[in-house]
Amino acid sequence: MSSDGIENPASVLRERRDTMKNQKPWTLFFFLTPVVLWLFLMIVLPHIDLLIMSFRVENDEEKMVWSLANYINFFDEPIYWFTFVRTALYSILVTGLTFVVALPIAFFITKVAAPRIKGSLTLLLLLPFWVSELVRVYGWMILLRESGVINHFLISSGILNQPVEMLYNDVTMVLGLIYTSMLFMVIPLISVLDSLDDSMIEAAFDLGANMWSVLFKIIIPHAKPGIVSGSIVVFMLTLGNYLTPNLMGGKNSLWFTEQIYNQFIASFNWNQGSAFGFLLLLLSSIIVWLGLKLTGQTLKVVAK
Amino acid sequence: MIRSLPTSKIYDNGFRLYVLFYFCFLFAPLLVTCILAFNDSQFPALPWKGFTFDWFTADRPDRIGIFHDQINLDSIWVSAQVAFFVTLLSVPVGTCASFLFEQEDFRFKPLLYFLMLAPLVIPGVILGISILLFSNTLGTYFEMRWDLDIGLFRPGFWLVVLGQFSFITTLVTLVVSARLKKFDRTLEEAALNLGANRFSVIWHITLKFLRPAIFGGGALAFLMSFENFNTTLFLVGPEATLPINLYLQVRDGSTPVINAISFLLIVGTSLAAVIQLYFGRKED
Repeated sequence: MSSDGIENPASVLRERRDTMKNQKPWTLFFFLTPVVLWLFLMIVLPHIDLLIMSFRVENDEEKMVWSLANYINFFDEPIYWFTFVRTALYSILVTGLTFVVALPIAFFITKVAAPRIKGSLTLLLLLPFWVSELVRVYGWMILLRESGVINHFLISSGILNQPVEMLYNDVTMVLGLIYTSMLFMVIPLISVLDSLDDSMIEAAFDLGANMWSVLFKIIIPHAKPGIVSGSIVVFMLTLGNYLTPNLMGGKNSLWFTEQIYNQFIASFNWNQGSAFGFLLLLLSSIIVWLGLKLTGQTLKVVAK
Repeated sequence: MIRSLPTSKIYDNGFRLYVLFYFCFLFAPLLVTCILAFNDSQFPALPWKGFTFDWFTADRPDRIGIFHDQINLDSIWVSAQVAFFVTLLSVPVGTCASFLFEQEDFRFKPLLYFLMLAPLVIPGVILGISILLFSNTLGTYFEMRWDLDIGLFRPGFWLVVLGQFSFITTLVTLVVSARLKKFDRTLEEAALNLGANRFSVIWHITLKFLRPAIFGGGALAFLMSFENFNTTLFLVGPEATLPINLYLQVRDGSTPVINAISFLLIVGTSLAAVIQLYFGRKED
């Protein structure tokens, strides 16, 4: 208050700013509490528990002791690390193939198709992925199996004499995995290619570039953020997939998530299962981190 | 190459053929599943033996349609309840998280933001087992220490809800944050200058603006929960959710009832998707 009884505007403003500042911790606390509870109780502590459990084993006197035995088992038993390496390599293969299949589609939708059908094409592209993964895998099973629809057509058209089992091998498993995670590659690619100026491609052609140099010198460098985020999500989903390898790969598909499931549910050896789980988490984190480092991005790209 | 450039016929047609082939690849499994739901045969396979609604409505010893199949109906009901509670939990927490990361400043914000994104790159199977382990650890502790037997810590309905909540909240946060980023903060300042307090500003102004994103996030949460398999697999108790129940049936042989359920899921989710996109477009 100033001496003549009229409020000094500056002091009122300062007062108001002070009350705003005083309220700040309140709202911060209000928003922070549920988020911290969520992240610590549901994410951080469970994963610490996973790590601890993986270093515990039961000794001869049936007591839990610290030990590296779970990890030593992993390296001693060829079937374990073989499955691990196989899962990693197949996941990288699936990620690469998904990119190769998805890039022309994203390019077609953003640059070739008439603008008025662009929206409906994108919608069509999205629709199958709203449906449960299980339904999609089931669809492939009734198409491909021995008594399946494709065999029926091949026989009735005289191409085959007797049905062939097309399910339960690595090729169909890879096909199923590509199908399952396709969307997560196409959508980021569409969004980066949308921002690529057509005149860049026109200019390159005017200067005499051919299709391949346009692809490798303009399109792919521009699409890099989309490629990275798409690849990370596809890789992670493939590595952690259980349904598709289990149902389409059949008995000897040997996916690492199945080993985890076996340890937890079938053998009831939770400590061994924890070690496997932690190794899988480590593998996916390392590859995601490498992907981000090599291309100079941060984890925020995944959020887009 | 692109719309504005002259191209050769072969290139054009080749490209179109590829896109056509891709869309066949995309829709073939779903179409075949839907069509075979109406085949008058004991197996979900060709040849076509005539059109029937039996796999939806029949109630005979040799054929039980989905509307009379108690086990499958129960699992649909369980999934719906799980999805309801996951949505109820994840929408408020996700909205709080978007306010926290978009409008507040505090120490360790980058660390907490990183933790919030982490569920996107943690495989669902790992989330499932770590939550199973942690709840088991807590359960054992409570039993040893206070002789309390808490059902929440055993695999079952509420553990499934919590497990799905743990990563679905991240998705809700991202959806709501995307809209909150577009919010014009001078509106808030104006209301504050006119004497409103921060909470009434959030309640009357910011949340109104966020409404479409909150509904969108809620719909996404419901759908993601309804269809989740990986995380649920390890946390499920005696009450199976629909994906778990379907998985067990598909693994041990299949009947056209599964096609009928799939048909309902495909039609239901497609309708939801179209409605969602329609309203989403109207709001923008």
